[in-house]
Amino acid sequence: MNGMVSLTINGLVVSVETGMTVLEAARFMGFPIPTLCHMDGLSPYGACRLCVVEIGEAPRARLVSSCTYPVEEGLIVRTASRRVIRARKMILELLLASCPQSKIIQDLAAAHDVQQQRFRQEYEDCILCGLCVRICEEQMMAKAIGFRNRGEKRSIGTPFDLHSDECRLCGACMYVCPACQLRCTYTEPEKAVCGGCANLSPPCIEKEPFDDMMCYMTPCVACEIQKD
Amino acid sequence: MEAVVDEREVVAIVDRHNAQCGGLIATLEEVQTVYGYLPERALRVVANITDHSLVDVYGVATFYRSFSLRPRGRNHVCACLGTACHVRGAPMVVEELERRLGIRAGETSADGEYTLETVNCLGACALGPIVVVNGTYHSKVEAASVKKLLKKTQPEAARLASEPKVAVSSL
Repeated sequence: MNGMVSLTINGLVVSVETGMTVLEAARFMGFPIPTLCHMDGLSPYGACRLCVVEIGEAPRARLVSSCTYPVEEGLIVRTASRRVIRARKMILELLLASCPQSKIIQDLAAAHDVQQQRFRQEYEDCILCGLCVRICEEQMMAKAIGFRNRGEKRSIGTPFDLHSDECRLCGACMYVCPACQLRCTYTEPEKAVCGGCANLSPPCIEKEPFDDMMCYMTPCVACEIQKD
Repeated sequence: MEAVVDEREVVAIVDRHNAQCGGLIATLEEVQTVYGYLPERALRVVANITDHSLVDVYGVATFYRSFSLRPRGRNHVCACLGTACHVRGAPMVVEELERRLGIRAGETSADGEYTLETVNCLGACALGPIVVVNGTYHSKVEAASVKKLLKKTQPEAARLASEPKVAVSSL
């Protein structure tokens, strides 16, 4: 697996290690690709589709999510073609339509020149990116939350909506959540409740018996609010 | 009406399936045939003794429409609302079922006799509208034939109670 693969990214022939994803290769070479559901240290998931790139040559070119696509010998990648930009803008509009209150999504939209969206406005607090599920399983080794149901009813939470025995209230799920982050750092304590990684009680509010516990929030704004 | 879960029974089911192929879905299917639904306790037992976490087991159990986490009625009525059945008048059939059973789709009647469910396709589109009553597929169901379908499922006690009445009036 230590061989090298050469591929073309935006016309530049580069050589990278096998086993890398297109996203890693492009970022390594300095081509920016926006991502939302990608995080180093977590397995790629390909949920947000923001990292789309165009691969292949003209009549057979297609869009793939770069975070899940492994590099191939002779692959031709375009990270900012007109088609990619258009797809990315559409995805941002859809994200804005479901989660307009997320600071991360707002910033991404602004950075990609998306000023408004043309869909029915919703106010979801979860985009089902799976970051919280993956960090809980892969980094915190807990598996306290997961996906439930399917289709329209798909949601993230604990089994039976009960507090999970596996949950150590580490707060990692809230830390990584792109949709609820704003709420977690809200200035009113009753609204400091995170809805993104649904159905978990906010770690910091139950936290008194867990003073020495590992917490991802440093400094935790919700804890500060509790003190005051 | 939560079922009383015998842990040893669930363990036996898991063991049997683990010996064969280790399939979670097959295990859950058998648990459901024993209890009529998937009780919380049983899911916890399954998660405990297999390598799966409770989150995974719960995810699978809620993903498939054929699994139910709530107790079901003694009679299970399932109407197809897929595209083909829909254009052939399935909504009317469902309406009639709802009216006759006095429950909405997805509900179980208060006496625990009937559960009415809808599904999106049963794979028998040419024969639609399809209604499955206790595992028996009925094809080309019309609103008018719903009464006959339900009659077959009538609980023994109710049938006995209603039959003498007919006999008396005919005398």
